[in-house]
Amino acid sequence: MADKKATREAYAEALVELGKERQDLVVLDADLANSTMTGKFRDAYPDRFFDMGIAEQNMYGVAAGLAASGKVVCASSFAMFATGRAFEIIRNSIGYTHLNVKVCATHAGITVGEDGATHQTFEDIAIMRTIPGMTVLSPSDAPSAKALVKMAVNTDGPFYVRLGRAKVPQFYTDETAAALQIGKGNVLREGKDCTVIATGIMVAEALAAAEELQAEGIDVRVIDMHTIKPLDEELVMKAAKETGRILTAEEHSVIGGLGSAVAEFTSVNCPVKMYMVGQHDTFGESGKPEELKAKYGMTASDIYKGVHVLMRG
Amino acid sequence: MDYRTYEDIAQRIRVDVIKEVFGANSGHPGGSLSSADIVTALYFKVMNVDPEDPLRPDRDKLIFSKGHAAPVQYAALAERGFFPKEELGTLRKLGTRLQGHPKMGALPGIEMSTGSLGQGFSAAVGMALANKLDGNPGRIYAILGDGELQEGIIWEAAMAAGHYGLDGLCAIVDWNGLQIDGKNDDVMKVRPIDEKFRSFGFNVIMCDGHNFESLFKAFDEAKEAKGRPSVIIASTHKGQGVSFMADNPGWHGKAPDEEQAKQAVRELGGEW
Repeated sequence: MADKKATREAYAEALVELGKERQDLVVLDADLANSTMTGKFRDAYPDRFFDMGIAEQNMYGVAAGLAASGKVVCASSFAMFATGRAFEIIRNSIGYTHLNVKVCATHAGITVGEDGATHQTFEDIAIMRTIPGMTVLSPSDAPSAKALVKMAVNTDGPFYVRLGRAKVPQFYTDETAAALQIGKGNVLREGKDCTVIATGIMVAEALAAAEELQAEGIDVRVIDMHTIKPLDEELVMKAAKETGRILTAEEHSVIGGLGSAVAEFTSVNCPVKMYMVGQHDTFGESGKPEELKAKYGMTASDIYKGVHVLMRG
Repeated sequence: MDYRTYEDIAQRIRVDVIKEVFGANSGHPGGSLSSADIVTALYFKVMNVDPEDPLRPDRDKLIFSKGHAAPVQYAALAERGFFPKEELGTLRKLGTRLQGHPKMGALPGIEMSTGSLGQGFSAAVGMALANKLDGNPGRIYAILGDGELQEGIIWEAAMAAGHYGLDGLCAIVDWNGLQIDGKNDDVMKVRPIDEKFRSFGFNVIMCDGHNFESLFKAFDEAKEAKGRPSVIIASTHKGQGVSFMADNPGWHGKAPDEEQAKQAVRELGGEW
């Protein structure tokens, strides 16, 4: 396995490569270019990078105007401010108009760590997926993040791409990541007893949990649901029918995120026993990412326990 | 054309505003009537637009940031030949291209979906930035309400326009002094706006928003400004042209009944 790497680093690499291929790519940031790593694009293509200052609402309004003028725009900030503060601009000026703006937000979830609760967002997937026509991506490692960012930029319409601050394990290669498709979940491990549908950094946790459970004779299927909207309903249906149990795992609130998206589908189409791993209706706090993941229940061990609950029931 | 002709066009547009809003039994007549001369000046003289080729890449664009005044933009676009006048009767009705607030792509001439205040101006800044990047000579005009200036995003956008020296951008403030809850000065004092815009790097031009000589002079001055955006602060009257609507905040977002509509059209010199 390659060294750990943050998905935001992969985002920057994708931008620099895309900037060469696409002269119409414009990148905006809100005074966080060194943290979101759009600074790499700024250094490579200074004429097509605009710092909009600490003004996220206007950044997304400007992104809409640029896109309405024929540009494809990646506009970045921390996930909290991009989707929270600028929600209504993204909804009305980018979603309603179905413009070619990619809201690429970094520092999502609990692994922001020491910055604490004001910077740890657990609501972004929930609010972004309520916008009609918005595609919501949540890559799990660096190679898949790079591939998915490229696909987002090369696909027409508004996208939300959720990226992280922390370095995470890599289980894709550039080759395997290139085979991913937007809207199609990826089965990383086959299994017949239970399916773990995970997204973002929880995919690595799911794989670790599956290993442990295998040793106990529990055969767990692991799906990387990198696209939360549109949800791969076919794959969810198959998992429900074939394994009869679904555990969802996300670094996000269990209210409105991946777990909700899966439950919305299964409850109507293929009712199945479910368990949700994620942030349970509480704010975060300062701490090291690994400490916080453990305290708030978003580790391989929480998935392991959840699968056992499902197996008992 | 002489000024008298523009005045006639503006009055016809006002008549259509009244008929549209009456037909829809909802909508915003007050701020539509106050903007009528501004939009007439823009669509009939100042702006480089072609109804036959509404998406020409080098066109000038008008963003109606105070999107609730959609009836006046629709009336002006129809008068200018962007779509048939008969369609004005469909305002706010199910299936219409004339949405309660402008919808981008629904109708030729609508460059951005607006209505949530402040957002149109921000998008206009993005369009001016795109034109600057591409060396596109098209100018971007954005009509803002005075109450709308209370939105924080307006000042974020103004800061960015000044910072990037967007001389292809010209904002027009329809300064009628009223908003839904009353006078701007009573609801939330936003004055002085000339000093505010100036401090953000704008070329500030004052004009009489109901006088074409004054409007044209202002737009000419705006075009001459280099290296900085312009804002035209146009003094207007809400409900201009209709005696009982003039300077009355009660007519911000209310449709006239048939008697009132007939009287308004008569006062505007139109036919019912």
